[in-house]
Amino acid sequence: MNPVFPLPLRAPRRALPKTVTLAHGGGGSAMRDLIDEVFIDTFNGTTGAPEDQARFDLAALTAKGDRLAFTTDGFVVDPLFFPGGDIGKLAVCGTINDLAVGAAKPIALSCAVIIEEGLPLETLRAVARSMADAAHAAGVPIVTGDTKVVARGACDKLFITTTGIGVVRTGMDVGIGRARPGDVVLVNGQLGDHGAAILNARGDLALQAEIESDCAALHDLIDMLVTAAPGVRTLRDATRGGVAAVLNELASASGVGVRIRELDTPIRSDVQGFCEILGLDPLYLANEGKIVAVVPPDQAEAALCVLRAHPLGRDAAQIGVVTDGRPGRVVMQTRFGGERIVDMLVGDQLPRIC
Amino acid sequence: MRYVDEFRDPALARGLIREIETLAARMERGRDRPFSIMEVCGGHTHAIFRYGLEGLLPDIIEFVHGPGCPVCVLPMGRVDDCVTIAERPEVIFATFGDAMRVPGSRKSLLVAKADGADVRMVYSPLDALALARRNPDREVVFFGLGFETTMPSTALTVMRAAREGIGNFSIFCNHITIIPTLRALLEMPDLGIDGFIGPGHVSMVIGTEPYRFIAEEFAKPMVVAGFEPIDLLQSLLMVLRQLDEGRAAIENQYARVVPDAGNPRAMGAVEEVYELRPTFEWRGLGSIAHSGVRLREAYASFDAERRFAMPEIQVADPDSCRCGEVLTGQLKPWACPMFGTACTPETPLGALMVSSEGSCAAYYQYGGMRQPQLEGAA
Repeated sequence: MNPVFPLPLRAPRRALPKTVTLAHGGGGSAMRDLIDEVFIDTFNGTTGAPEDQARFDLAALTAKGDRLAFTTDGFVVDPLFFPGGDIGKLAVCGTINDLAVGAAKPIALSCAVIIEEGLPLETLRAVARSMADAAHAAGVPIVTGDTKVVARGACDKLFITTTGIGVVRTGMDVGIGRARPGDVVLVNGQLGDHGAAILNARGDLALQAEIESDCAALHDLIDMLVTAAPGVRTLRDATRGGVAAVLNELASASGVGVRIRELDTPIRSDVQGFCEILGLDPLYLANEGKIVAVVPPDQAEAALCVLRAHPLGRDAAQIGVVTDGRPGRVVMQTRFGGERIVDMLVGDQLPRIC
Repeated sequence: MRYVDEFRDPALARGLIREIETLAARMERGRDRPFSIMEVCGGHTHAIFRYGLEGLLPDIIEFVHGPGCPVCVLPMGRVDDCVTIAERPEVIFATFGDAMRVPGSRKSLLVAKADGADVRMVYSPLDALALARRNPDREVVFFGLGFETTMPSTALTVMRAAREGIGNFSIFCNHITIIPTLRALLEMPDLGIDGFIGPGHVSMVIGTEPYRFIAEEFAKPMVVAGFEPIDLLQSLLMVLRQLDEGRAAIENQYARVVPDAGNPRAMGAVEEVYELRPTFEWRGLGSIAHSGVRLREAYASFDAERRFAMPEIQVADPDSCRCGEVLTGQLKPWACPMFGTACTPETPLGALMVSSEGSCAAYYQYGGMRQPQLEGAA
């Protein structure tokens, strides 16, 4: 692997101004200074020959698995910083998770940023540092990128797109259409934290809640899960639309019913209280560190065990089962025995959460 | 969670359901149609579906989902007026989120926003007033919507704007009042409602006294109820007991929140700011005398209807729309030919499909477990 950032380091450097201006997107020396100082230094990019692309040794990749996984995601969260994370950490963890739920080992990420002119440079630096920290902690390098600056109003502060490649474990084939009646449905912890944290962080509700986003990279947890339960049918990160959206996709793609029990869905009491006040349903709230895993019944115990042994899966739970009744439908048994259908949401409960 | 879990206790619920079953089994003898109990308030409709209550009750009991969802009864012409105001370049139009998707004859507020209108979602009229303070060069219009529940907060906001002399703030007042509407409903010739579950939040403001005519003139029982499953089951049992004993009275199950005298301070603000309109149009129900309010002359400068020229055109609902029959309990949502086909939460024809408190949307989203038709339709 010979990862590079597309522009060279140059010396001597001039001090950068306090805010990003359109000049930083112009392709000239101001842009080079910004990229060098804010991104390349922070991401520990190579100082080797500056090329327009990262390059990978194919033999090293094929040794890790038998298929390449490739994914991309855009991040526009408002506010940029929130309890438990920020747009940078989200952009790194989100794309790592999108690879990991395909049973792929993440190899490398790209990072494209679109900056609104006037963004304080310190904000950009903090986001870049957070991306670097998250990438370092996950062991997945950011190897190429792009920077654009647009006029005030053409975007809101900062948008980030990350793309990732990974290598899929040989023989593993997880998919949204593979669930079968009798399978069990697991989650790796408390639901709805991210959505509630973002809404709370916007501050327009004046509620005194301290809810942290669950933003985390799950590739390590998933690696252990698929080792312990190699028959795992489906893995999905329950981001926008929450667990409800994932289960509905699962039910319709697999042509099965899904039955969950309200009593078994782990939800923090502060998130539950937050939802009560606002009339939201935590099943539809976004998560950024939670997966839904569907495993055959004989591997459920082993799967739950490894999830609970991992720091990101301590509160893992079996929330339901896959059934052959009511194909395409997700039904929840309510706390005292009633039933209701958990449908897809039409719009967003909340805009711009990731 | 304290103060919530107690009202969702499964063991308590099972006990109440058993009592309801026993009573209903006795009352059922010799009866050729179900007991129709109307829950007036959209919040109750939502709770009934959310907790799957219908499926837990004997078949002889049928909920009729009443007109108490303010978004659902908003006529199309008023939505058109909203869009017209919102599209003015100087206006910031502030609204509760659930009004955004209600279809007008041209477009909804959501589409108007996408087309460039400055429409902001707020959680309280005070948020709209804060917008006006922050944007002195813009006209901030708040979409005042709802029954007596939200009327006082709008009134207090107008009073504060007047005190602070905020000149760029006004209300597009669509507040409606529950009592004339209940009367109009009860006067319908073939209304087959046996009893009512009364609106908890409205009653917190107006108290229980104004409902007396329901029992005295129309001999129907009503129990004012809270919004948790135990509240609803207990209230239902109280209504059934009245029916069983041949009584008709106004009872208060939600006494922990609803004082029989209501909230005099809130009613004072309502009295100060609003006056009754001669008539107000309801979607699906037509015009009902004295069922809407507008700002009094003293607060005319805060009245968006006087401040901006508006088309105020009455727009008939689409012919295919049978919202009125659903609202009055004559048609089950899933029995409407448009349900789940032409009319879905994504492309609502009628407002009952828009709000989460609308009975059609509730049926569509949570599914009436008793209705096999739903499987095919949705």
